[in-house]
Amino acid sequence: MTALLDIQNIVVEFPVGNRVVQAVTRVSLAVQRGETLGLVGESGCGKSTLGRAVLQLYQPQSGAVLFDGQDLTKLAPPAMRKMRQRLQMIFQDPIASLNPRRRVGDIVAEPLIIAGVTDAAERTRRVRAVLTEVGLDPDITMARLPHEFSGGQCQRISIARALILEPELIVCDEPVSALDVSIRAQIVNLLEDMKDRYGLTLLFIAHDLAVVKAVSDRVAVMYLGRICEIAPTETLFRTPAHPYTRLLLDAIPMPDPDIRPVEGVAVGEPPSPIAPPSGCRFRTRCPRAADRCAVDMPELTALPGGQMVACHFPLQ
Amino acid sequence: MAAVKRRTGLLFWCALGWITLVLLAAIVADVLPIPSPTDMDIFARRKGPSMAHLLGTDSLGRDVLARLIYGARISLSVGLLAPVIGLSIGGGLGLLAGYFRGRFETFVTGGVDVVLAFPPLILAMAVTAYLGQSIMNLTLVLGFLGIPAFTRVARAATLTFSAREFVTAARALGAGHARIILKELLPNVALPLGAFFLLGVAVTIVVEGALSFLGLGVPPPAPSWGVMIGEGRESLEMAPALAFLPAIVMFLTVLSFNLVGDTLRALTDPRQGAL
Repeated sequence: MTALLDIQNIVVEFPVGNRVVQAVTRVSLAVQRGETLGLVGESGCGKSTLGRAVLQLYQPQSGAVLFDGQDLTKLAPPAMRKMRQRLQMIFQDPIASLNPRRRVGDIVAEPLIIAGVTDAAERTRRVRAVLTEVGLDPDITMARLPHEFSGGQCQRISIARALILEPELIVCDEPVSALDVSIRAQIVNLLEDMKDRYGLTLLFIAHDLAVVKAVSDRVAVMYLGRICEIAPTETLFRTPAHPYTRLLLDAIPMPDPDIRPVEGVAVGEPPSPIAPPSGCRFRTRCPRAADRCAVDMPELTALPGGQMVACHFPLQ
Repeated sequence: MAAVKRRTGLLFWCALGWITLVLLAAIVADVLPIPSPTDMDIFARRKGPSMAHLLGTDSLGRDVLARLIYGARISLSVGLLAPVIGLSIGGGLGLLAGYFRGRFETFVTGGVDVVLAFPPLILAMAVTAYLGQSIMNLTLVLGFLGIPAFTRVARAATLTFSAREFVTAARALGAGHARIILKELLPNVALPLGAFFLLGVAVTIVVEGALSFLGLGVPPPAPSWGVMIGEGRESLEMAPALAFLPAIVMFLTVLSFNLVGDTLRALTDPRQGAL
């Protein structure tokens, strides 16, 4: 089976003054149709940049983004515009991602207008249907402005906007990080329901491991613009192979006051992406680092059980 | 809405009432039962209020009330039209500069700095000297001078809103540049621009007065508030009202525009009452 989304050796750079920051360094990633791939990592590791590069919101310096077999980086603007109907995105800040001066009905209808649905009655019908799907009452919501809604409701509106064209892939960029803990479960469940109903494929970006564990089929761990490890969710949480994954898992707080935090794992801040360490990027914080790690950049290699790790000295 | 009432208050309605009164008077001046503003009566100079001349006459025996009302016509039309020029050109440039960034932005901000560095009085004198003194030329000069301020306000607002995720969302949906500018950015940038427009009206009325006072503005005998203050200055000791009346009218009008502008901005700010 060919993957719905196949990211190949993608590089995204940003100019910072006279220098260049490589936010994403030769990342390859495949997402199968119907799958939810979780993408985790600490802030600044390039996971949002990768998500946006998939949608061509940033032009990658090199590499390819194959969606359903077509390279998005090489599509002409009109073809890309057509393709965008099949790829959607949900953002972190539910309030900032809705135009404060437009009514909810117009915001949700916008994708239809851009896609060329000219029949206003047809648009209204579909907006009402999708608002109902995400658990909002169209009669109450359509004529209102976004600031009249709570964060969770705004995220429902965002989801409605992403769903109305019935896309195949949705990139969820930290969709619940900005929400109250009590609301997170509702939105996660809603995404799961919608995934089943619309047959969606999700690229789920988050830093909250609990949320990622709940929604993902497979999880990819990113560190300083590189993928450290990709594995089925169960495997990754049970037997992590990369020391960085181990560190992340150990950092999950346990709801038990008797458990002491694990000692002796890597400490400190991640190095600046302007001047990343030579060789393995994690070596400056890695308890297992050896001389070889400073010279060779480890590539992703397959372990048994569908696990892939980029480490010279994996934990198994 | 109760919230609207709470935030407006009596002062706002007084200001709005005064603007309406002045505007109405200026519009229907031709049908009002008032004498002509340019008819002179040499035998009734600097007379106090009477039934024939409700606010008295000036140093050439012209009716002061009539001149105030016809002056409102000129002061208001210049005061409203000049900022419209600034708003449309400056607002457009600022919006485009803030959205597209890059070379175009550098060019626009550089141009704005050049215009700002040009002494406004010299420009006004140069234009009146070469193109002649007319209301049209005055409006164009004042409009041109207003462009930089509008450009800056529009650009600053555009920069803030362009960084918001709803603009990224529109790009992700495949919206073109024109659609993003018109549908996503313009409704948001229009608010600070609108509030700034009212401020621009107030400033323009004052500047028009100052230029007319200096003899660079509206050509006589047409009355404008600035012209009246300038003429009244000559007989300040004999009839102070001739200078003070137009000054008070101008003061109240400018104050009202500022008050209404401030209140409207506070009222329409969507962030009020947001999370």
